[in-house]
Amino acid sequence: MAAARPLGLFRNINAKIAAIPMVLTALVVFTGGTIWTVVYSFTNSKLLPREKFVGFQQYERLWGTERWNVAIENLLIYGACMVVFSLVIGFVLAALLDQKIRFENTFRTILLYPFALSFIVTGLVWQWLLNPDFGIQSVIRALGWESFDFDPLYNADIVIYGVLIAGLWQGTGLVMCLMLAGLRGIDQEIWKAARVDGIPMWKTYIFIVIPMIRPVFITTLVIIASGIVRLYDLIVAQTGGGPGIASDVPAKYVYDYMFQGQNLGQGFAASTMMLLAVLVVIIPWAYLEFGGKKRV
Amino acid sequence: MTFRTILMAGTALCAGSAVSAADLEVTHWWTSGGEAAAVQQFATEFEGQTEHKWIDGAIAGGGGTARPVMVSRIIGGDPMGAFQFNHGRQAEELIEAGLLRDMTHVAEAEGWTDIVNPPSLLDACTVDGKIYCAPVNIHSWQWLWLSNGAFETAGVDVPANWDEFVAAAPALKEAGIQPMALGGQPWQSSGAFNVLMATLAGPDVLQKVYGDGDADLAGGEEMARVFKAAEDMRGMVEGSNVQDWNQATNLVITDAAGGQIMGDWAQGEFAVAGEVAGEDYTCLPGLGVIEVLSTGGDAFYFPETGDAEIEAAQDALAATLLKPQTQVAFNLKKGSLPIRGDVDLASANDCMKKGLQLLADGKTMPDVNMLNTEDTNNQLNDLFVQFFQDPSISADDAQARFVSIVENKD
Amino acid sequence: MSDPGILNVAGVGADALDGPRGPKPRRRFSRRNIFIYGTLIVVALYYLLPLWVMVVTSLKGMPEIRLGNIFAPPVEITFQPWVKAWAEACTGLNCDGLSRGFWNSVRITVPSVILSILIASVNGYALANWRFKGADVFFTILIFGAFIPYQVMLYPIVIILREIGLYGSLTGLVLVHSVFGMPILTLLFRNYFTSLPEELFKAARVDGAGFWQIYFQIMLPMSLPIFVVAMILQVTGIWNDFLFGVVYTKPDLYPMTVQLNNIVNSVQGVKEYNVNMAATLLTGLVPLVIYFISGKLFVRGIAAGAVKG
Repeated sequence: MAAARPLGLFRNINAKIAAIPMVLTALVVFTGGTIWTVVYSFTNSKLLPREKFVGFQQYERLWGTERWNVAIENLLIYGACMVVFSLVIGFVLAALLDQKIRFENTFRTILLYPFALSFIVTGLVWQWLLNPDFGIQSVIRALGWESFDFDPLYNADIVIYGVLIAGLWQGTGLVMCLMLAGLRGIDQEIWKAARVDGIPMWKTYIFIVIPMIRPVFITTLVIIASGIVRLYDLIVAQTGGGPGIASDVPAKYVYDYMFQGQNLGQGFAASTMMLLAVLVVIIPWAYLEFGGKKRV
Repeated sequence: MTFRTILMAGTALCAGSAVSAADLEVTHWWTSGGEAAAVQQFATEFEGQTEHKWIDGAIAGGGGTARPVMVSRIIGGDPMGAFQFNHGRQAEELIEAGLLRDMTHVAEAEGWTDIVNPPSLLDACTVDGKIYCAPVNIHSWQWLWLSNGAFETAGVDVPANWDEFVAAAPALKEAGIQPMALGGQPWQSSGAFNVLMATLAGPDVLQKVYGDGDADLAGGEEMARVFKAAEDMRGMVEGSNVQDWNQATNLVITDAAGGQIMGDWAQGEFAVAGEVAGEDYTCLPGLGVIEVLSTGGDAFYFPETGDAEIEAAQDALAATLLKPQTQVAFNLKKGSLPIRGDVDLASANDCMKKGLQLLADGKTMPDVNMLNTEDTNNQLNDLFVQFFQDPSISADDAQARFVSIVENKD
Repeated sequence: MSDPGILNVAGVGADALDGPRGPKPRRRFSRRNIFIYGTLIVVALYYLLPLWVMVVTSLKGMPEIRLGNIFAPPVEITFQPWVKAWAEACTGLNCDGLSRGFWNSVRITVPSVILSILIASVNGYALANWRFKGADVFFTILIFGAFIPYQVMLYPIVIILREIGLYGSLTGLVLVHSVFGMPILTLLFRNYFTSLPEELFKAARVDGAGFWQIYFQIMLPMSLPIFVVAMILQVTGIWNDFLFGVVYTKPDLYPMTVQLNNIVNSVQGVKEYNVNMAATLLTGLVPLVIYFISGKLFVRGIAAGAVKG
């Protein structure tokens, strides 16, 4: 920027005014709310938030609970698979839709429609589809393949993958849309240049296009990741955390104890641990993202 | 001057229930077809018998969904006029914090202590001698629902008690029938276990373990037998691949499963499917082992609003809920039992009549909700849903975890 | 317009490099088309399978559903479940189904979507092009906010709303939606604006354009696809929101999802799966229509031409 430096505060004054809602949200709601949560995680609040401090008691109980450990393990498996599959599938679908095909709008809407439907019932439908007695397994067996086995929701070892199938069904449409929007922002000259240089299509995508839409990938990654951390509705609707506690996730643990179990303190302690984990990832990322390079 | 004062005081007294009409917002979680029809009865009676208006705030999903709504409204300083809760220890904290209205004056005026049967219902509403809620119905958990058709197919007699049912399981299995149905949701597992405990070990044991936190008893021989029975049950429910309780009930209705332990609300499903008690299905209260029913149910609580008009409406609603006419109309639609023994439910079906008889005979026990906090119930849910779904957990291990929950309960 | 680049997509392999560069006569069943449409159709079928189950279930009567074949088309088609879901399902005294909350949902969604996108797009623009000291810190906090489970923030928000006197009002709810939409949306816009050619912005600055001028005349027209994505995100999220609607307002403002939840989510009592499915499809209709209409805006940005000009 060429402008001379006036008083620091008034530099970029319009941008600062425009950012007031963001600053307020960041400070009052997110920072304030987080501090509030952390403070009350050291109390034994039950139904109502109350200042009866009990030290680390809630945390001791939390880490002594088998269910919490199962929940974390599930989150890691689900998270890793979800990130990889939804990015790959979403990008491939976007690339396919970006080929000036006919019926693009129809295909896009079909891929996106699961995103519009409430989880309460889609979870139920997936529960039916994956039910061995009247879902996909029974249909394929009826067709003659008697030994076909497909009952992910009723096998504790693979239930989280059964949830993943529904999660991908619900989420990849949005990823595809984000990617498509990214691709639409790409300069068309790139394709011409790549063609002139004789670079194959797939190489152009991987080595030229993807780096160009890196910011869109980061956006998508954050959206997917926040969905993973907050994963709750789908589990409740599809498996209820079962069989047993085999498909439990941290957010479900938090809500169950806050509202079902009337133990706010325990729920706050669990959510504090979740937020701590998020911080451990976000702070280094922020350093990498903002450290050094200046744009304007 | 004095005359006017007296007159005004008199008017104010009358205003208590008649003169000033108010809108009373009522939050509840009764939303399925039958439930909505039942709550309609409350609203009709309330609006018919008083001048107030019922503003409906139905929110489905039970306590887990309704609780944050209620607590938010109360913290936000804008509470509803009345709300439904399972009566028991869930509301304790709101009462302690002085957020709920003392309704003793209504209870006394209406003579609740004389009419509410069993009296434990009113006890559950009472804290420090003051009555804070109005019980409206009774639901009991201790029912075994059996499919007559399934046993016919298997060539065995329909069992008359739990042990016969366990003995018949191999024959059912051989005939390709799921011996017992159990939905995958946690509350169904702990609910079924508590039924086994109340019937096989007896109500006294349940009372001591949950009521007094008696860890020795929880780890003792009597409970070990219950855990053994739970292990039997685990073998019988294996392969019952459903989540919702009514999907499990549907297995019994379609004769795909032999039986199910579920509360009295299950009979609604049988009725809708056109099944006849005694012919198509059999119900065994107390699992046929011991004639006893728990008396859980729903109650209404009334937040402090500081608004005289709302308070008048609250008083009127509380009184209306327990009137004989309201009780009959509501409970017939809801499929639950009335909280007063002096009303006539002529149109009740066989199973309901069995329940009524037990209530009349005083063969009742407190509901687990009245003894345990929700925190404890939640821990029990976690334990038993895992136990019933995972055969690698031994009965002994489960009992050890049970003991530690009982030891730490508050 | 001939687009040579796309001709090569057929093989996801090096063999795609064949042929002359000129506009090739398009054959309907070229390998490329079979690959593209084949993949899309298979994927679309997978996506539509649950929808099929929902639609056929919603057209069956309960006795037929109890028979248990979820894929079979209805023997006897009935639209009663749809009628019931929309106009007859009871919520206590009010037996008017989903129709009751429909306008409330509109009243909540429209201002919330507009306000949240407005705030977030300006935020993103300021963060991408007008970075000021400390901006990154707030932005990082905002991203952190994207990971906080909603329910954990329930009570603190109640306290904040009570203090500013907006608890229980429509304004308060709109504000809450804007606040919770802000992290993801701001990130979305910031990163999109960052990926636009910088020369555009610099050229406008040299021409003496100010903050708002550049936003409205350059950034906005170039970013239609991302505005569509933002709209899809917000319309879906806010239209389907149940928790905030029920916690931060009162019965006369309850959105449609409260009725949806009441229809599908009863704990005890008989469950009518056909009505559940019909209610879900009806509720999902509005976002679906928005997806379909707004899809027209998924146009290629004008970035390419603008750089040269």
